[in-house]
Amino acid sequence: MRKLTLFAAAAAATLLAACSQQGPGESAPSAAATAGGAAAGGKPVIGLALSTQNNPFFVELKDGAQKAADTAGVQLVVVDAQDDPARQISSVEDLIQKRVSVILLNPTDSSALAGAVQSAQRANIPVITLDRGVDGADVASHIASDNIAGGKMAADFLAKQLNGKGNIIELQGVAGTSAARERGKGFDDEIATTGMKVVAQQPANFDRAQGLSVSENLLQGNSDVQAIFAQNDEMALGAVQALAGKNKKVLVVGFDGTPDGKKAVQDGGMAATVAQQPEEIGRLGIETGKKLIDKQPVEKSIAVPLKLLTKE
Amino acid sequence: MTLQMNWSRATTLLQRLGSVIGLVLLFIVLSVMSPDFLTTGNLLTVLRQVSINALIAFGMTFVILAGGIDLSVGAILAFTGAITAGLMAAGHGMVLSIGAGLGLGLILGMINGVLVSWGRVAPFIATLGTLTLLRGLTLSYTQGSPIPVSNPGFALIGGGYVANLVPLPVIWMFIAFAVCGFLLRGTVFGRHVVAIGGNEEAARLSGVRIAPMKLAIYGLSGLLSAFAGIVLTSRLYSAQATAGAGYELDAIAAVVLGGTSLAGGRGWLFGTLIGALLIGFLNNGLNLLGVSSFYQQVVKGIVILIAVLLDRRQ
Repeated sequence: MRKLTLFAAAAAATLLAACSQQGPGESAPSAAATAGGAAAGGKPVIGLALSTQNNPFFVELKDGAQKAADTAGVQLVVVDAQDDPARQISSVEDLIQKRVSVILLNPTDSSALAGAVQSAQRANIPVITLDRGVDGADVASHIASDNIAGGKMAADFLAKQLNGKGNIIELQGVAGTSAARERGKGFDDEIATTGMKVVAQQPANFDRAQGLSVSENLLQGNSDVQAIFAQNDEMALGAVQALAGKNKKVLVVGFDGTPDGKKAVQDGGMAATVAQQPEEIGRLGIETGKKLIDKQPVEKSIAVPLKLLTKE
Repeated sequence: MTLQMNWSRATTLLQRLGSVIGLVLLFIVLSVMSPDFLTTGNLLTVLRQVSINALIAFGMTFVILAGGIDLSVGAILAFTGAITAGLMAAGHGMVLSIGAGLGLGLILGMINGVLVSWGRVAPFIATLGTLTLLRGLTLSYTQGSPIPVSNPGFALIGGGYVANLVPLPVIWMFIAFAVCGFLLRGTVFGRHVVAIGGNEEAARLSGVRIAPMKLAIYGLSGLLSAFAGIVLTSRLYSAQATAGAGYELDAIAAVVLGGTSLAGGRGWLFGTLIGALLIGFLNNGLNLLGVSSFYQQVVKGIVILIAVLLDRRQ
């Protein structure tokens, strides 16, 4: 036991010696700031903190960032939070300690990462948020899909298919979320400029099962309907199920371009889906990060275009 | 005879020191490989990252020493965090909310103890049950979304610094270490914990009251998990419905890496601290080196396997 204590003490002593040798001054934020654009190898380093890699969307986002980083001559360091905000805070801190030049943050949750963003800013490392924002912290830039334009895109598609006439049912996402608000606004505003009419709209909370039951109810009450617009693919797939067996042609348009959604478009169950472009979000993240490194101005908010996917 | 005794003492010592040696080796390797590793800022950052796991793992050490296991720690963390944040959001004061959270953790842990001792349910099953139950309660209480906290005093618990340098969670970790270390080595309670883990029947026959002991042991684990939950809630400015998922495994890994036997009866708290630090520095180092998170899990798994194999050879 005595030997053990001795050893532990020795180890602790080494630890302490190591710490004091370095001194707090050397690792203080000021040092990180002077590290600035170029780290050890001359190549600037950008850190990408992902919420998860268990979802194809974020894997595509990462791939897009990696490709852009290779082109731009930037080293990309990726950390993955596995959807755990605490783990994400830790990995963002590690990126700060690594003194990366810019942090691209795809938050697990918009409420939990404010502290980590502030720590990065104290270390003079700018943060760019991707896909989701962070509440309670100011970031250099926010890059996300242009949901308003996406909603407009869906409305234009229906106008073209239906020659500007017809009745539409709209399935809404979780009330209060930016995605539901913006997609709905883009769609509704554009529909108002046509001869088409939204005869019923109701939230189905981005959920497939709710999409099914809400569609069933709304179809029951509105027999003369030519199209259903769902604010995400899951609800659209529920609507497709509600229409199954009904002897009527109703166009279903979804949003997101998930693998299931794309498949339904190919099979003809859905007429179209407004697909997000995660690769594009990743690419723009790196390009914006590179601008910050080169001390160029960047836009506070960057809207990434969406893409309409149809069977053709 | 003396030779044999020395040999067995030497292997015990070696095994105990294994984690310390492992940590020192890891330290040297990471210092050489990453210029950003050996800085005060980074070391303090890792200590803060480790603190949550360490708090839970200290309680887990008592449970495992007594021959049990507690799978509900992550769920207790999430539930007590949510209740604490919920009470504050409802306008109750910080002290009352924290007190309620801690008390709730203690009670939930004691419920585990009741199930295990009087209910005679295997600890694995009993705590798996409370894990599932509490996850469900947390989700229904929070409706699946985070509960934000805006109390500036509360934010200090997980985000504050002492002397503008040492993060407060690190202080909590060392206070908990000191208190738990004293409980284990300096009190009758601690000796009884080890006795139960070594041979429950023998402990009972020699006058240890098993049931109340288990109540206290699981209660302590619940209390420390609740404390970890409060620190985490403070760090995240919000209680997350899914917080602490998988933390039971990290805590068990820290205990085992530290050389405490999963069979009970043999172990030490200092080892658990070292084990938690090992996991923390491994995560941090691999992040600094830019290793993919998939390989990080592989490396962590290998380290745990080696530790368990060393334990089996004993």
